[in-house]
Amino acid sequence: MVGGILQYLWLVPALPLLGVIVNSAIALFAERPVLLRENAHGEGGHGAGDAHGHHASPPYRKLVAFLGPAVVGASFAVSVLAVLALAARPAHDRLFVQVLFPWVQAGTFQAPAALQLDPLSAVMILVVTGVGFLIHVYSVGYMSHEKAFARYFVYLNLFTFAMLLLVLGSNFLVMFVGWEGVGLCSYLLIGYWYEKKSAADAGKKAFVVNRVGDFGFLVAIFLIFWTFGSVDYTEVFARIPVLSERGVLTTGIATAITLLLFVGATGKSAQIPLYVWLPDAMEGPTPVSALIHAATMVTAGVYMVARTSALYLLAPTSMAVVAVVGAATAIFSATIGITQNDIKRVLAYSTVSQLGYMFLACGVGAFAAGIFHLMTHAFFKALLFLGSGSVIHALSGEQDMRKMGSLKKRLPVTFTTMFIATLAISGIPGLSGFFSKDEILWKSFSSGHGHAALWAVGTAAAGITAFYMFRLVFLTFFGDSRMDPDVERHVHESPYSMTVPLMLLAVLSVAGGWIGIPEALGGHNYFEAWLAPVFGHGTEGAAHGGGHHSLALEYLLMAGSVGVALCGIGLAWYLYRARPGVPKEIAGRVPGLYDVVLNKYYVDEIYDAAIVRRIVNGSVWLWEAFDATFIDGIVNGVGALVRGAGERARRLQTGVVGSYALSLLLGAVIVVGFLIWP
Amino acid sequence: MTSLPQPLMTHLLSVLIFLPLAGAFLLIFLPKENKRLLRNTAFVLTLADFLLSLPVAILFDGSTAAMQFVEKVPWIPQYGISYHVGVDGISLWLLMLTTFLMPITILSTYTSVEKHVKEFMIFMLLLEVGMVGVFLAVDLFLFYIFWELVLIPMYFLIGVWGSDRRIYSAIKFFLFTFAGSVLMLVAIIALYFHHYAVTGVYSTDLLAMAELVIPVKLQFWMFAAFALAFAFKVPMFPFHTWLPDAHVDAPTAGSVILAAVLLKMGTYGFLRFAIPLFPVAAVDLTPLLATLAVIGILYGAFVAMVQKDIKKLVAYSSVAHLGFVMLGLFAFNVQGIEGGILQMVNHGISTGALFLLVGILYERRHTRLISEYGGLSRVVPLYAACFMVITLSSIGLPGLNGFVGEFLILVGAFRPMRALTVVAASGVIFAAVYLLWMYQRVMFGTITNEKNRHLPDMNAREVAYMLPLIVFVFWIGVYPQTFLRKMDASVTALVARIEAKRQAALADSPPGETLVARYFDVGKGGADGTAGH
Repeated sequence: MVGGILQYLWLVPALPLLGVIVNSAIALFAERPVLLRENAHGEGGHGAGDAHGHHASPPYRKLVAFLGPAVVGASFAVSVLAVLALAARPAHDRLFVQVLFPWVQAGTFQAPAALQLDPLSAVMILVVTGVGFLIHVYSVGYMSHEKAFARYFVYLNLFTFAMLLLVLGSNFLVMFVGWEGVGLCSYLLIGYWYEKKSAADAGKKAFVVNRVGDFGFLVAIFLIFWTFGSVDYTEVFARIPVLSERGVLTTGIATAITLLLFVGATGKSAQIPLYVWLPDAMEGPTPVSALIHAATMVTAGVYMVARTSALYLLAPTSMAVVAVVGAATAIFSATIGITQNDIKRVLAYSTVSQLGYMFLACGVGAFAAGIFHLMTHAFFKALLFLGSGSVIHALSGEQDMRKMGSLKKRLPVTFTTMFIATLAISGIPGLSGFFSKDEILWKSFSSGHGHAALWAVGTAAAGITAFYMFRLVFLTFFGDSRMDPDVERHVHESPYSMTVPLMLLAVLSVAGGWIGIPEALGGHNYFEAWLAPVFGHGTEGAAHGGGHHSLALEYLLMAGSVGVALCGIGLAWYLYRARPGVPKEIAGRVPGLYDVVLNKYYVDEIYDAAIVRRIVNGSVWLWEAFDATFIDGIVNGVGALVRGAGERARRLQTGVVGSYALSLLLGAVIVVGFLIWP
Repeated sequence: MTSLPQPLMTHLLSVLIFLPLAGAFLLIFLPKENKRLLRNTAFVLTLADFLLSLPVAILFDGSTAAMQFVEKVPWIPQYGISYHVGVDGISLWLLMLTTFLMPITILSTYTSVEKHVKEFMIFMLLLEVGMVGVFLAVDLFLFYIFWELVLIPMYFLIGVWGSDRRIYSAIKFFLFTFAGSVLMLVAIIALYFHHYAVTGVYSTDLLAMAELVIPVKLQFWMFAAFALAFAFKVPMFPFHTWLPDAHVDAPTAGSVILAAVLLKMGTYGFLRFAIPLFPVAAVDLTPLLATLAVIGILYGAFVAMVQKDIKKLVAYSSVAHLGFVMLGLFAFNVQGIEGGILQMVNHGISTGALFLLVGILYERRHTRLISEYGGLSRVVPLYAACFMVITLSSIGLPGLNGFVGEFLILVGAFRPMRALTVVAASGVIFAAVYLLWMYQRVMFGTITNEKNRHLPDMNAREVAYMLPLIVFVFWIGVYPQTFLRKMDASVTALVARIEAKRQAALADSPPGETLVARYFDVGKGGADGTAGH
């Protein structure tokens, strides 16, 4: 056994935590005085956009620029070694638990601070630290004009730490710490430009909507504890057979637990009905969108559902709910993506849609496929966001695609890499997205939990995805320039610190899928085999449940989804390259429908009117009518009575303290009276 | 262990109670004009009291449920009243919270209290005598004395050093608490005679009372009286309306102590007296009390959300937080009660810190209206950072103190009261709403009010008293073992005792008896001849 490195598993989250501590110290002691001095010189509005005036870089910024990425890079190195050590073990023995210290413990409840490395968390830590490292490096370039540089890296490192806790925790409570922790970092990072009201609002919205989900998760933990007597993954899952036999763990309880967990998942992973925060989250800096709101945090819900797959498989209703919500979200948000003009918002809705695919996979029992898509999506979506960041950076903060165009030649690296990612997300054969998405579509049709309708919705969404992604590429990089002349003069390709991560992610977007090539295409699907110890019967059911489907059918469906994607691309070419006037015409012909979709089906407005306003108005009523008038009315009435009595007693005493003393005296008389009585 | 040789150690608890009293006497003789001397003396005294309380926490034996560091001397022997003090796993951390917060609070008044400094400090010290005494008293009479002792200095702190409507608020505070106290006094007296009737001995000793198996009908009335007194203090919905007024008009130091310690006297009273003495009634009335607690959680959160005054917002948030504590206590299991005790401490730290932070702002701008602020993050970054940590602690972010308490409460309460707990858990959503919204309006955005443009950030003294609070926010959040393990024996024993005593008291009751029959029907007369009024 070469498992020695596993003893250092704690370093994986600890290194980013170290970054948090050191960068906080820098932010507090080095950066704060600098910023305050600048404030004192009374320089007005700052930070509303991405790029602003240059100034000489003080030494502390260099330290931060090194330290911020370095701790995550080191964490990635440890992760790789640890995963290799895990892989060296036989498949049934790939579970390593490291208990750090007892944490919350009372009576029979025990939740130690403990980490767990198994094939599932191995995939997750590699994605989080790997993609995270690239985004940290990219941030050094992208954020180089920002004043609160150290603060940014504090948050980014803190996020990495929390995300690693989320995926490495060995019990539900540690997962919950990470779960809320990433929510906090998301809040802080969305609101990074807190002086902008929309940014601060978006941050708060993200946190609150996430909390609605967290509430579900929390109640699920209570139910898990009182059902299984533990919140530790290994113990909970091991007790399933016994408790099912004894009738303690009924389908009803399993359904309740899994649906509550799924409420949490819809919050974090932006599914219907709690997806509303994610598009607004684009107010944050673009690397943050890439890391948190595309590649890692939003996949936490998928991870959670996959982690608890054993429970989901006991609850067919929950599985169906997950699948349907996933499919519905996939197509619903894809349609919104068509109409958006902000480049980041298109990508945001695309993320919501792709997360829908992952849930669709989980819902049909293809957990491995869901995690596979999670991984490939992390590569190409991070790339798309970072690419869009590179575009925005080049265009001095412009995000509206209507003011872009013809950037292909001016930003060659950005264009090439983004184009690769677009091919990948569209599901063009050979690229990573093809393998993972196709796996999901196939399983949604063939698995025992699947249904032809789910497949149809998923395939339709794939076509729409290809359409809006190519729309994005055509509007941004092709055609005539629609840029402001001022902006156009400053267009430049980004520095290496930004383009190198783009190139690396492009390689991963192409090749990342090759570890999961299905057997139908002559591959071995190493990925599914790697995760088999975690999902066990789950993958089995999905793979062999569809045993009676022929290979020919699999090819047919594959061809179908590729065909639909090509149609989407063709349509995008026709509308945005061949006949650029047509989209406006179409929009003009169905103004009602177009407006509804453009305005995101007015869901935000409906939530605001139906929930937010009512709660606020109700609270005002509670305070003014109930608290101040009703309860205090009674109190003041009693007070008046007392005062009336007090008037009469005024000859003896004045003031309340007087009557207090009087009362005590009376009390003493009563005591004495009692003493004498018996 | 408790019999350490030094005389200081054998009388440690008495020293903790009476050192501030001696200090108050000392202050009388100090010159009124020398404010600096007065402040420093009060600070040193309270700090000394805190340092002396450290051995109690360190030497406290978590493996026994018995009272430790006990001192017992007859006081009024003919009536069975004794000076009996001790500390166990239930009171330990409340004692520590009190002694810990006092020097911090005194330090916060150095520049905010300018008038009648001498009297102010004397009242603060007297307040500490009462608070420490309340948590240490093991004799009902002694407890009552300390309980009432707390009332007077706080009344004056609000009435003399308060703002705007201070007289109204002070009287309101006084009347509410006092109304409860009177009821409690009556119940104590009734209990006293019941004890005599059963045993033939006069005693006000809690441990003696705890041996009694009180007839269920009597339990009902006594519990009701105690519960009402404590519910006023906590305050539970709907007895909470004195709290926002008292907080708004109290000086910062008053608010801190009021929220951090005085409210805990109510929840502590439930745990120390009302529940263990009258377990049948406590369990039977749980649906009512737990429902009120949960209403308080949501009600406090909703009303806090729409406040325009920061202090009022924090005050209503206390109603919500204390609702959590009550819910935990009435879960009657180890998780709920340990969570409840821990949450009392957490609330003391977080809300105390919130009031201190509001005080820092008030001192600079003399307003607490949220609309007067905005964009402060940029001018006072350190203050904003501290405020953020405390806000998150109050929200119950995992990794910080509030989460551990809230989680244990909810996980404990979930077993006996599923639906109620689910409703209570939704309170975590609204806590995030009202606190983050307030934070956003005060800290984020651009500076809209020119008066805020050159606001000075926290100074060294302010950092010095904020830092220890932040340390505990993290300590309790990351390693609550330090605190929970010292509670184990006492809480486990309490839970077992509640059940055992309940069984004993219900021994004669027919199974399936309705509550109305249990408490209101004319039953077989027991030994409770003296009970009726």
